[in-house]
Amino acid sequence: MASNKKYWKSEAELNPNDSIVEALRQNEFTEQIPVDEFLGDKENLSATTTNRRDFLKYVGFSTAAAAVAACEGPVHKSIPYVFQPDRIVPGVANYYATTIADGFDFASILVKTREGRPIKIENNTDAKVNGGANARVQASVLSLYDSTRVQGPMANGEPIEWKILDATVRAKLGSLANSNQQIVLLTQTHASPSTDRLIAEFKEAYPNTSHVVYDAISEDAALNAFNTMYGERALPDYDFEKAELIVSFGADFLGDWQGGGYDSSYAKGRVPKNGKMSKHIQLESNMSLTGANADHRYPMTPTQQKIALAKLYGKLNGSNVGGGTSDVDEAVDQMAAHIRKAGSKAVVVTGLNDINAQTVVLAINKLLSSEAMNAEQPRYVRQGDVAKVNKLVSDMNAGRVGALIMDGVNPAYSLPNAADFVSGLEKVDVSVSFAYNNDETAQAAKYVAAASHYLESWGDAQIKKGHFSLAQPTIRELFDTRQFQSSLLTWMGNDKSYYDYIKETWDTSILQGSSWNQALQDGVFVTSETPVADVEVTDATASSEDESSAEQSSIAPIAAAVRSLVNSTSGGTELVLYSKVGMGDGRQATNPWLQEFPDPISRVSWDNYITVSKADAEQWGFENENVANGGLDGSYAKLTVDGTVLENVPVIIQPGQAKNTIGLSFGYGRRAGMKAEMATGVNAFSLYKNFSESQNVTVEKASGMHEFACVQLHKTMMGRGDIIKETTLEIFNTKDKHEWNYMPQVTLNHQEIPVTSPDADLWQEFDRSIGHHFNMSIDLNACTGCGACVIACHAENNVPVVGKKEIRLSRDMHWLRIDRYYSSEETFAQDEQTKDESADGYRATMLELENPSENPQVAFQPVMCQHCNHAPCETVCPVAATAHSRQGQNHMAYNRCVGTRYCANNCPYKVRRFNWFLYNNNDEFDFNMNNDLGKMVINPDVNVRSRGVMEKCSLCIQMTQKTILDAKREGRVIKDGEFQTACSSACSSGAIVFGDINDEESKVAELKKDDRMYHLLEHVGTKPNVFYHVKVRNTDEA
Amino acid sequence: MKKVLNRHLFTNVLGLSLLLFSTSFYAQEEAAATEVVAEEASASGDGDPVKGKQLFNQNCAACHALNRKMTGPALANVETRLAEDEGLDREWLYTWIKNSAGMIASGDSYANKIYAEYNQAAMTAFPTLSNQDIDDILAYTAAPPPAPAAATATAESEGGSGEGSGGISNEIILGALVLVFGLLVIMLFLVNNTLRSIARANGVVLEKAKAEKRVPIWKAFAQNQFLVLVAAIFLLLGSAYFAYGWMMQVGVDQGYAPVQPIHYSHKIHAGNNKIECKYCHSSARVSKHSGIPSLNVCMNCHKSIYEYTGNPEGPSAEDLANGYTNEFYTGEIKKLYKAVGWDEENQRYTGETQPVEWVRIHNLPDFAYFNHSQHVSVAGIECQTCHGPVEEMEIMYQYAPLTMGWCINCHRETNIKVEGNEYYEAIHAELSKKYGVEELTAAMMGGLECGKCHY
Repeated sequence: MASNKKYWKSEAELNPNDSIVEALRQNEFTEQIPVDEFLGDKENLSATTTNRRDFLKYVGFSTAAAAVAACEGPVHKSIPYVFQPDRIVPGVANYYATTIADGFDFASILVKTREGRPIKIENNTDAKVNGGANARVQASVLSLYDSTRVQGPMANGEPIEWKILDATVRAKLGSLANSNQQIVLLTQTHASPSTDRLIAEFKEAYPNTSHVVYDAISEDAALNAFNTMYGERALPDYDFEKAELIVSFGADFLGDWQGGGYDSSYAKGRVPKNGKMSKHIQLESNMSLTGANADHRYPMTPTQQKIALAKLYGKLNGSNVGGGTSDVDEAVDQMAAHIRKAGSKAVVVTGLNDINAQTVVLAINKLLSSEAMNAEQPRYVRQGDVAKVNKLVSDMNAGRVGALIMDGVNPAYSLPNAADFVSGLEKVDVSVSFAYNNDETAQAAKYVAAASHYLESWGDAQIKKGHFSLAQPTIRELFDTRQFQSSLLTWMGNDKSYYDYIKETWDTSILQGSSWNQALQDGVFVTSETPVADVEVTDATASSEDESSAEQSSIAPIAAAVRSLVNSTSGGTELVLYSKVGMGDGRQATNPWLQEFPDPISRVSWDNYITVSKADAEQWGFENENVANGGLDGSYAKLTVDGTVLENVPVIIQPGQAKNTIGLSFGYGRRAGMKAEMATGVNAFSLYKNFSESQNVTVEKASGMHEFACVQLHKTMMGRGDIIKETTLEIFNTKDKHEWNYMPQVTLNHQEIPVTSPDADLWQEFDRSIGHHFNMSIDLNACTGCGACVIACHAENNVPVVGKKEIRLSRDMHWLRIDRYYSSEETFAQDEQTKDESADGYRATMLELENPSENPQVAFQPVMCQHCNHAPCETVCPVAATAHSRQGQNHMAYNRCVGTRYCANNCPYKVRRFNWFLYNNNDEFDFNMNNDLGKMVINPDVNVRSRGVMEKCSLCIQMTQKTILDAKREGRVIKDGEFQTACSSACSSGAIVFGDINDEESKVAELKKDDRMYHLLEHVGTKPNVFYHVKVRNTDEA
Repeated sequence: MKKVLNRHLFTNVLGLSLLLFSTSFYAQEEAAATEVVAEEASASGDGDPVKGKQLFNQNCAACHALNRKMTGPALANVETRLAEDEGLDREWLYTWIKNSAGMIASGDSYANKIYAEYNQAAMTAFPTLSNQDIDDILAYTAAPPPAPAAATATAESEGGSGEGSGGISNEIILGALVLVFGLLVIMLFLVNNTLRSIARANGVVLEKAKAEKRVPIWKAFAQNQFLVLVAAIFLLLGSAYFAYGWMMQVGVDQGYAPVQPIHYSHKIHAGNNKIECKYCHSSARVSKHSGIPSLNVCMNCHKSIYEYTGNPEGPSAEDLANGYTNEFYTGEIKKLYKAVGWDEENQRYTGETQPVEWVRIHNLPDFAYFNHSQHVSVAGIECQTCHGPVEEMEIMYQYAPLTMGWCINCHRETNIKVEGNEYYEAIHAELSKKYGVEELTAAMMGGLECGKCHY
């Protein structure tokens, strides 16, 4: 939003004729610094008491004194508990099951606490639904220790006491009872049975109350479509593991589509088993994480997607859907053929926030009787109602709202008509915002009720019908905060604690006699399901009975929907808004881990930007260029949507972006109540008109270049297929391993021998057969590139945040990175072919291969220290700071390192990270390690590295050592699965498996023997302890 | 305190003899008291106070003292008190002791009064005690407790010895010595002068000229370049050696014994009372930290141990010399009560706590990972191996240097305790085959690898 406000520094500036202002503008230092005056005056100089020699003496003395003083060790105080809680043993971690339900992310998780401080989020493997923590959930533990949190209730910006706030609000609510003004609760999606009951009771206490649920990123169309078809405002649940064919019309289901959490079931179906794996076709505008994982990806504008969807329905239904453009016909034909083949094993999903599209998709799945879609047990993770939100804004402006209580929402930032909302808010007598940061809404509201973090709160959630989860506090409130539900209870005059309230709800209506303590310990509870067979039987009979009538009644609206879809037209360039894996809807924008988290696709951190296709970029004159210091620069664009202008939006040229579309992510551009470092990007919500993610936009080039902090400038592998080995399902099934997983050869005595042969080895092999020998397996088929492991590694290993400037200088500290490569030709296989055939003109070919294709294949590869058995870094360290262990881990003794960086230069995988600066207790890096609160997240078992030392992945040696010690203490053998690293335990898709290969029974030993196993850059002969599994694509081409 | 200490240094013998006297006096007194008790008991004729004392200590002392309110009321002359104030007889006491809860439930007025007065904590029922046992205990409670009188006597005698032991101090002796040396110097000077004057008188020429001709030794030394070079090298090597030695001491705080906010004596707890280390430092079994015990652990015992009575013979001369009197220790216990917020009068916690800021003695740098449970539980190493004779330490100090060389040496020399630990079975078999030894050291298991301690 452009502002017309004029800011002035002094009154003089208001007078245009003031000479001082002009003088200052020309010359900041109007008075000369009197150096000459002082030095020129010999008399004065000789009269000074401190001469040069004295000065040197003082310097010498103070240096010596400082040096001597440094010899004395500091006195450390140790303060034990006065009364030690019997559950806490200093030095031993406790785990609690809880649930995050912040309105955007819903997941059942475990929280690791040390000495009462939550320090890490783990997956809750007991949970059958959403048991995996994504990158944002992993990072949410740091948001607990956010120094910009609201630390107590406020009234008009001044701190007040809860008592006073309670009294004021209760008085007002009471006085509204007999007025014609209403009380409105504007909340996030809670999906909480107890909160629902509480709000219902609140409505009884204050009958003129209405409840408006608001999702910043709306799934309104999907909810309404499901409601029309199935009679419940919810979202269908999908099990992609059951699908043999997945067709997605712009649904980023590996991202945040319909609440997310689908990656683990998707990944299970993607690993070739018995020669079979699922096939995934994606039609989309932006290159999304999901599209990057697809076997076939068709870049299409939203309009084209709609037409294609309509035509696909026509094909499957046998009806003729005419009209629309014909350029989608080929794709539609192919998809229809595949879907017919897969039958009920196919599933179609869409991310188009358009009720017609959603209706048609549901109809197709119903038509196919898709096994992957579950409409019986829908999800409740999005409940926002656009119509009600819009009505609320108009009601507020019309003065019909007397009190507005907001929880978990920031409409003053995330509403497209935020200005209307703010002006309406001024007309509301009592506006209370349960705010976490002093955000836009909190600043506009009269009262700010400081909200507790979810790790400080009680709660419950019903993520999916019948799947309940409980949230328990893992730490007492750090500040004078209170959760929304407790406040509602107080304002209703109910003395009960919210804990008792939840327990009551569960005891009466959920647990059905099961143990509350057990449910609390597990964190999840599934209501005893009626036997599945029964449900299906009743279902079948019901549907067969109703079939004819139901079909009759539903055909008419579907036909209308199809007609409207096929007739959709676009008015030029389409803007497609999306959410990033790192930032989501922006509620954690103050979290430095997430700000520094590189986007899986663009690999840009600390920014949002528009993504444009190369062709469009040329047309509009946009450029991306790498400047001398290695940084990426991009042009600025000016976007205009329906009169709203967004200035200075940086541009990234994105391979795979559909022509005539641009993408822009939500979640950035927050400014209020946050540190300057975190206030990054532009606010895409201002263009989110009518809560539609696709908008007609006018794009213009603006002047200037934006400096990006992009961690990967290399886009393609340039035909070097040995980095990410991949093949197609057909070759994988029919050809010999040698064909698709080729072992590099070297020549010895004029004979070709495999590079892994001991004869080809310069070094002697150590015996690692005794004890443990750790290996890590990374399945490139299961890895979706989601990045949860990156944040988990951050949290476990105290990886510092270095800031945008340093990232731009390639000084990122991520121990684990996920490389993303595009193919230069249409597929990676063709890249290799092009390279091999470029006998003459090699240089030109290679230059050509640097450029990614218009619609490339994409591959992700997590790379951390490969823990080579013949490590190149170890041999060049002059001080033996890095050494190998018998257990296969490459050790790094930080206190021994002198920072020559030879090791980093000699590492073929470029996984070593150098501490250019001291990142803790340093105002230059004002992130979490620079304040006492943010430091509470530090893992006490891992060293915080200092300046001038090299650091890298340790294969989480603190975790393996702990596992070994636990077994020793208990005098038992270690079972498979006990050894974990932060990344392997964070990986909900099962791509990263860690274990001991000396244990023959272990999963990792089995995976190492698999035909798909290969080592990264095997021909270098480093013999890594990390290995990968060849990526298999289920494409049609042989 | 320091003055007392000095004075006592020279009067050890005197003090010791006085102490011996006082202890014998104490013993006599106690004997006398016991006699009195016995007499009284035989007079009432229904309980043996000696047996009663034993029973009391076994069953009652955790919650009751004779002259002091604790978890339960003070019990001195309890029977008389009850009979006089409440009109309750011994039968009431029998019932109460055997089943107090039942009595409260039955609505007995005094039982309920007591129950309410003592925070509604019902007294443990002792159905195993016979009436005779209770008689014995009551006989013991009825006897005037002799200990305080004896203690006063001891204190008095201590005071006496303290007063008497003043007198000659170090300074006087030193002064005398200085005086003697001074006299000697003066005498030498005088003798020398006299001899010279005698020589001059006798016409002896002092050999001054001769001395001038000879090349002084330092000049000869300076002229010999080889010698200078060798000497310089030795000098440099020597100073380098000492400089290195001194530098290596930087940051090694062996012997560091800071003054703690509460004078906690490991000698009394681990030495005299033989309390197992891990009773208080319980987390050493399971955690990387041995843990400084939280104050509620202290209160497990110190709820009833409210004063220091020390050895039955009274404080040793050494203790006295350091000022560690019984009163001193009792004062330290009061510091604990203040920190934990214990109201001695009413035997309850006030909730006003002041966490104790102990000064940390063993400071391993952050880059070294050390796990107590690995060494204590798995390896079964005695605490004293690294922490020294803690049971003899009045003031805790750092015994081991805690340097990496010290760690490594131990890892090289110490065998792993593999017996009965299933974890080691396979590894031990393979490793001992590989190294051809039966006993494996920590180093053979990989205990010297950098990453085992540095991550």
